[in-house]
Amino acid sequence: MIRVERLTKKYARTVAVDDISFQVDKGRIVGFLGPNGAGKTTTMRVLTCFLPPTSGSVQVAGFDVMKQPLEVKRRIGYLPEAPPLYPEMEVIEYLEFVARLKGVPKSERKQRIEQAVERCAIGDVRTKLVSKLSRGYRQRVGLAQAIMHNPDVLILDEPTAGLDPKQIIETRQLIKGLAGEHTIILSTHILPEVEQTCEEVIIINKGKLVATDSVENLTRRLRGAEAVAVEVEGRNGTLDPSAVRRRLEQVAGVSRVIEKSSRDNRCSFEVESLHGRSVRGELARAVVEGGWNLTELRPVAYSLEDVFLQLTASEEAAVAAGGAR
Amino acid sequence: MRNIWTIFRKEIKSYFASPIAYLLMTVFALIFGYFFYVATAIFVTRSFESQMMGRGFPMDVNEWVIRPLLMNVSVIGLFLIPMITMRLFAEEKRSGTIELLMTSPVRDLEIILGKWLAALVLYGGILAISGLNLAFLFLYGDPDWKPILVGYLGLLLQGGCLLAIGTFISTLTRNQIIAGGATFAACLMLWIFDWVTAYESATWARVMSYLSVVTHFEPFAKGVLDSKDVIFYLSVIFLGLFLTARSMEALRWRA
Repeated sequence: MIRVERLTKKYARTVAVDDISFQVDKGRIVGFLGPNGAGKTTTMRVLTCFLPPTSGSVQVAGFDVMKQPLEVKRRIGYLPEAPPLYPEMEVIEYLEFVARLKGVPKSERKQRIEQAVERCAIGDVRTKLVSKLSRGYRQRVGLAQAIMHNPDVLILDEPTAGLDPKQIIETRQLIKGLAGEHTIILSTHILPEVEQTCEEVIIINKGKLVATDSVENLTRRLRGAEAVAVEVEGRNGTLDPSAVRRRLEQVAGVSRVIEKSSRDNRCSFEVESLHGRSVRGELARAVVEGGWNLTELRPVAYSLEDVFLQLTASEEAAVAAGGAR
Repeated sequence: MRNIWTIFRKEIKSYFASPIAYLLMTVFALIFGYFFYVATAIFVTRSFESQMMGRGFPMDVNEWVIRPLLMNVSVIGLFLIPMITMRLFAEEKRSGTIELLMTSPVRDLEIILGKWLAALVLYGGILAISGLNLAFLFLYGDPDWKPILVGYLGLLLQGGCLLAIGTFISTLTRNQIIAGGATFAACLMLWIFDWVTAYESATWARVMSYLSVVTHFEPFAKGVLDSKDVIFYLSVIFLGLFLTARSMEALRWRA
């Protein structure tokens, strides 16, 4: 659906996007992840034909953004970071303007507007002035704008920025509900958002592509070893952390034991195991046989946050090493 | 074509959703009303005088009332136009709605024409208010309507020119005040270019005088439709809109 090949975008002094290539299949939800200023918005603006690329080719639904911008624009719904609303219009008036602007034929216009209103749940503000809307409603009206002409591709730039937690959940559900019919790219710098809504992730940092994979693969790939959090309690009020530690290290398959904290007669550890070995059962037995109480035992899932930091940090380290050489 | 109409409708609506259209109409009605009163009052006293002096020939309403009034309107227009055009693009740039327009399946030229036509129609609407005053002349006198029509055509052409320049200036900034101020300065320059011929008769002075929008309006006020002036106005309109289109393109490249 979307094919980006060696896209580079330079501004007067800076390179915002540097030689990025990726591909998005039809019907997928893709998270576009990166810290602020990584080039997310720039890439999206190139996809929506707002900015021309400096070099490289970008195709949406088989049409090139430089050669057939009108065809591309017909197939793209775009919600910029700040919803593009006219404060002096009523919501319904605004949607009607958008429907005309997007070239929705007259016979379908009413129906399309109603559908957008319903999907984005903005029925109760339809006659309100846009300037009187709350942040959450503005975002939803913006989203209604983006899906108005039933585009193949939806591009959402930080759709949950500035919303309260309840609105964030609602917006995410709304976006999930839109998947399937539309191919969705959403940008964000909030990692849990990607974990919860997206199927694939594209991570960029400082204009460069860092990784592109499915959410699960990416977490799995970077995990390498499995980690387990263990909390141990002494049975008669005393506990020697180093003894527990020695005992845990003896369990087969354990590669490393890190002491996290010890308080009174409680002590917690993080135990890393070799790849592909499940050591939880063995750990439990070891603790109990050692004469202690096992109060907690749970696998530590690496969040995308760690993945992200790891990826961007390792890249930085590589760059630093390259510079030193 | 349909897209031009969409943009046009939106612009007209937003002119009337804010006080700007009403404000401009009121101000124009007041100023024109005053000039109209003064011009007719002088005309009436003069014609009484000339009758008392025994000069029998009737005075010409067109020459004594309408022509100076049209000249006045053409100057008042210079002050109204920046207020009409300043928001056209500057406001869209400031609020980010320009992204909506530029990522919709609409050509840049359609956006520009829609906006410019809306500004022109609003300007025409403001000018139409003066028609109410002139209607009284038809009620009590017998002016010739053809020169009046030519005069109004001239006002629209002159307005179209300055509106095109104003539209262009509005694409250059995201600040309405700056857009308005710069457009006002441009209008003022194009007006006073005409004055240099009073002190200077070298070629450059004549060139500058030729560039003045007001010089080209004088024949229209007299009721003379000269193709030379029409072509001047049309080419300035074309230039203004062309520059706007280039500036929008530059917006994409720089953004």
